[in-house]
Order: sequence, then structure tokens, then C-alpha cells
Amino acid sequence: MIKANLKVYRYDPQKDAVGEASQPRYDTYQVEDLPDFATVLDALIKVREDIDGTLTMRCSCRSAICGSCAFRVNGHAKLGCKTKLSTLAPNGEEICVEPMTNMKVIKDLVTDMEMFWDKIKQVKPWIETDGEPPEREYQVPHSNMVELQQSMNCIMCGACVSDCTVLEVDTKFIAPAALAKAYRVVGDPRHAKSREWLTHLSEEGGIWDCTRCLECVEVCPKDVAPMDQIIKLRELAIKEGLTDNIGAKHVLHFTESVAHTGVLDERMLPVKAAGIGWAFKNMGLAIKAVLKGKIKPPLPGTHPTVTDVDDVQRIHDELEG
Amino acid sequence: MKVAYFPGCVAKGNCPELNQSTLKIAPLLGIDLVELDGAPCSGAGVLQAQNPVLADTYNAKTLALAEELDLPLMTICSTCIGCLRKSNKKLSEDEGYRAEVNAVLKSGGHEYHGGVNVTHLLYVLIKDLGLDNLRDKVKKPLTNLRVAPFYGCYILRPAEIMGIDNPDNPTSMERVIEALGATPVDYDGKTRCCGFPIGLENEEASFKMAGMHIGEAKDKGSDCMVTPCPLCHMNLDLQQPSVNRVIGRQLDMPVLHLPQLIGLALGFSPKELGFSKHMVSTQTVLRKLTI
Repeated sequence: MIKANLKVYRYDPQKDAVGEASQPRYDTYQVEDLPDFATVLDALIKVREDIDGTLTMRCSCRSAICGSCAFRVNGHAKLGCKTKLSTLAPNGEEICVEPMTNMKVIKDLVTDMEMFWDKIKQVKPWIETDGEPPEREYQVPHSNMVELQQSMNCIMCGACVSDCTVLEVDTKFIAPAALAKAYRVVGDPRHAKSREWLTHLSEEGGIWDCTRCLECVEVCPKDVAPMDQIIKLRELAIKEGLTDNIGAKHVLHFTESVAHTGVLDERMLPVKAAGIGWAFKNMGLAIKAVLKGKIKPPLPGTHPTVTDVDDVQRIHDELEG
Repeated sequence: MKVAYFPGCVAKGNCPELNQSTLKIAPLLGIDLVELDGAPCSGAGVLQAQNPVLADTYNAKTLALAEELDLPLMTICSTCIGCLRKSNKKLSEDEGYRAEVNAVLKSGGHEYHGGVNVTHLLYVLIKDLGLDNLRDKVKKPLTNLRVAPFYGCYILRPAEIMGIDNPDNPTSMERVIEALGATPVDYDGKTRCCGFPIGLENEEASFKMAGMHIGEAKDKGSDCMVTPCPLCHMNLDLQQPSVNRVIGRQLDMPVLHLPQLIGLALGFSPKELGFSKHMVSTQTVLRKLTI
């Protein structure tokens, strides 16, 4: 048998409404006699049942299928039912459990998922076909479904949305779960409106606003790798010719710059991707950086080149030409 | 220890002080750098969005160049190590894919067989040379200097590809900071994103991200930040005046590259380490160390 040493976030905003002071606080619990294979959720349930019945949380299947019990465990979103105490705290270390972030707290560990579902609805997660339906079933090549399987594994737990670094500073961002769901639809060969969807996803708050920080890949309990799905959407958008935006131009000029010398020219990339307005806006910064010797003025012959640049150009032309 | 050295585009471009300081400290630490002059850009996760096979082929060439020398591949950039390790995993584990990429590579006289160890200066110091080696070389301990580490995303995540430090609770940077005699500052933002990758696409969000982490490091009493990633350095230092404007706070936070912090402890002058190239003055750090 093992023990759990929990520090749990407690907050009841409704108490404020009836005049009782309620500030977020942390309560600590020592939970004894847990089986060796017990999870964080097992320990929390034991707290609720044996120690403090006021502790509020969501949970259901206890098998990492329903997606109800995502919490922040030691600072990162995890499914409580999939996080073993023996791995997390082998020597009985204190475990901090908090509600997911980027969402409003309803009570204790329960968050309001309304924003999460609004974003899912925003990407219209359904397939739209063209023309009359076939006489029998739609047929999709096996390879396509294998490719989409990863995005279909999502259980909508919200862990990736909780730890999304862009959403933290910009609530307009559609965020990883909904974008991974969008790929599930756009990447499906039955879907007839991929261009329309990708056009919408290329707008502000869409696929080009992801920082590629990998937090969503790391915290996803079902290996959906949302960021990888976002990168695939970017690739599809470029293939569709949806390149009249800074994100796509950034990629295209990056590839062109590397093909030219083997080394990215960071001095010119922002100007080519974001336009001359960017250059004027940042002129003061650029002059200061040049005067400090940090950045060389963008004159011919000042950018480094790899030794066998012809081979880099050959590789580029062969694969992208 | 001999390594195939991959400085990356930024250390040769907008952050020349990173390459400069690495070249200074390497011989003293016993790192023999064999620079791969023919290695192209790692793609930085950007090129991968247009053509992932092209990015993997560029990286296969870099890996093949290291393999031909029978040396581990050392980067000084969190983003480069992440991209190279991701390509390396695919190429080393998937024989069919490796053959497809090699079919393109072979015309240039190279072939990658798989299994090269891709590492970073930070991990060479800890795993290969050992922190005792570093401690022994310290001439001027950075006593009383409070240093906030800022890791950068790709050097930690995803664990499946990196698997060197714990992405939830890393300790590598802190251990190096302690070995140099300084005091590491713990703060939530140390493993988060600096915002650099969306600096063009969503400038306000990008600068808010940088400002949030710099501000937190400052509030925790840090004298400076230190990063093993030059892309992070560009958002944290080069863009700090713009970050100040967006968040409405004068941060004045010096941000050092990892080899610059090490170089100070090894006794190099700020000039030798390229401190004058920084956008934010490093004078407060140097005064505290009475340099």
C-alpha cells in the first residue's frame, strides 16, 4: 500500500455571492492505504469520500476514455486517472493538484468548458460532401484513415487547451484541440469543402498563430499531438495556394532563403513575409542592432553560405522544384 | 571530447555573440569543435510546414556529415536540437523512409545510416564532461548572481524525442548555474514559450508571452536570464524594447546566452564574449560580479 500527500486548489466563487468570503486557497491531505497502482484521481476520490466531502471535481470512467478528469498536476495538465502516484511521487513527495488554466473555475477542480466547446464549434467539425450520396457506403482508402487516426483519438479532455501558451495571451486563438479536430475533417477525402475550411483556418486566431511550443503534444494523454495536426493544416493550406497571409509567406520565404544559401537570412525574412511596413516600424531597432555589431547590414556578401551550396539547391529543386 | 559542431543560422546571423562565446569556452572545457561547414538549416519547424521531406533531407545531410566523421552532433540552439532529433528519430527508426531520403542525398555524395547522437552544449556539459569538469575550470565564481534559466521549448519537449531532461521539472540549466557559483531562480515561465515563432504573425501575443516570463523572472529577484536558445534570445533581448512597449513595463532584464554565462565564470572578459552586442545593457550583471 502507498500514501499520497496532496496539496489541492480550493475555491468556491459562489460563496462570494452570498457574502461569505472565499478566496482561492490550497488544502493539504494525507491519504493512506492506497493500492500500489493508485492514481491521482484515486487519491482525490478517497479524499472526497473519507476526508472532505466538499471537494468538487469531475470524473467518470477512470480509464482514460471519457476525458472528464483533466487537472493540472504539478503545473501541467494531466488526466488524473492516468497519472500514477508511484511514478509521480515515488517517495511520497507532495503532489499539487489544480484546475485546468485558460478556463474559468466553477468550483475547486471543476472548470467551465464552454470556451472549449465554442472553439470546437468554430471549426465546424463535421464532414460536408458534394453531390448525391453513393448507392452504398462512402469508401475511404485505409491509408487515409490510418493517417487520421491520431486526430480521432481526441477525448476532448481540454488538457491541451489548458496548457496552450498562445491562448494564455490571446483568447482569439482557436487553440490545439479544435485545430486537431479541424484536421480530422479537412484531411478526410470525403470532405468537399477543404479549401473553404482552410481559408477560415488561415485567418486571425487560426493555424498561423500557433507558436509550435509543443506543450499540447507533451500534455495530450491520448497521443493526438495537436501541434503536428496544425502543421499538417499549414501544409495543406499552402498546397491549396492560400498564401496571402504572413504565416504562409513566412514559410515560403524561409524555404526560399535556405535553398539559396543553406543558411536562413533572418534580416530579410521579416521584410519579405510581413512587408515593407514591418521594415519601417522596426527601422530604429535594426539600426541600433547594426551599430552594436549584432546584425550586419543586409548588403551583398554579408550573409554566410554553406560550403557546398549547390548540393543544398539540388536537394531543394529535387524535392520542391 | 570531439564533436561535430552545428552552430545553426541564428548563431551565424542575428546572434553572432553566441557563436563567438561558444568558440571561446569550448577549448577550455575540453570540447574540440569540428564545424560542419556544409550543414544546411534545420528547418526550425517552419520549413517543415511546407515540405517535411525536404526538411528531413536537409537534416539527413547534416547527420550524414557527422556520421562520416564518426562524431556526435552538437548544437547550441534549442530549436536546432529539437528539429534534428525529430528527423533523426524518423530516419533511424524507419528504414523505408531513410532509403527514400538517401535516394535524394546520394547524388550529393552522402548517405545516412542512422543512429548519430544529436546533443546540445548544455547536455555535453552535464552528461559527457560532467559538472565536476566545469566546476574545476571556474576561475571567477558567479557568487551572489541570481540567474533565471529560460530553456526554450524544443530542448525539453516532446519527451518522446528529447528524453534527456524532465520536461515538467527540468534541472539541467539550474545545475550548470550552480556549478558556476551562481544562484538559480525558480519561476513558472522557465519552460514556457518565449513567443518568438509568432513574432510576425501575432506580434502582440508574441511580445506578451516574452514580457510575462521576463516580468516573472524580474519579480523573483533575478539579476539576469540565461538561455540555451538563440531564438528565445531574440525575443527576450533583441525585442525587449518592443516587449516593454506592449506590456507597459520597463523590464531592463539582461539576457545571456548559456556560453556567455559560462565564459564569465571561466574568466573571459565581457568583450571577448560579445556582451556589447546585446540590446539590453548587461552592466548590472557585470557590476554585481565586479567585472
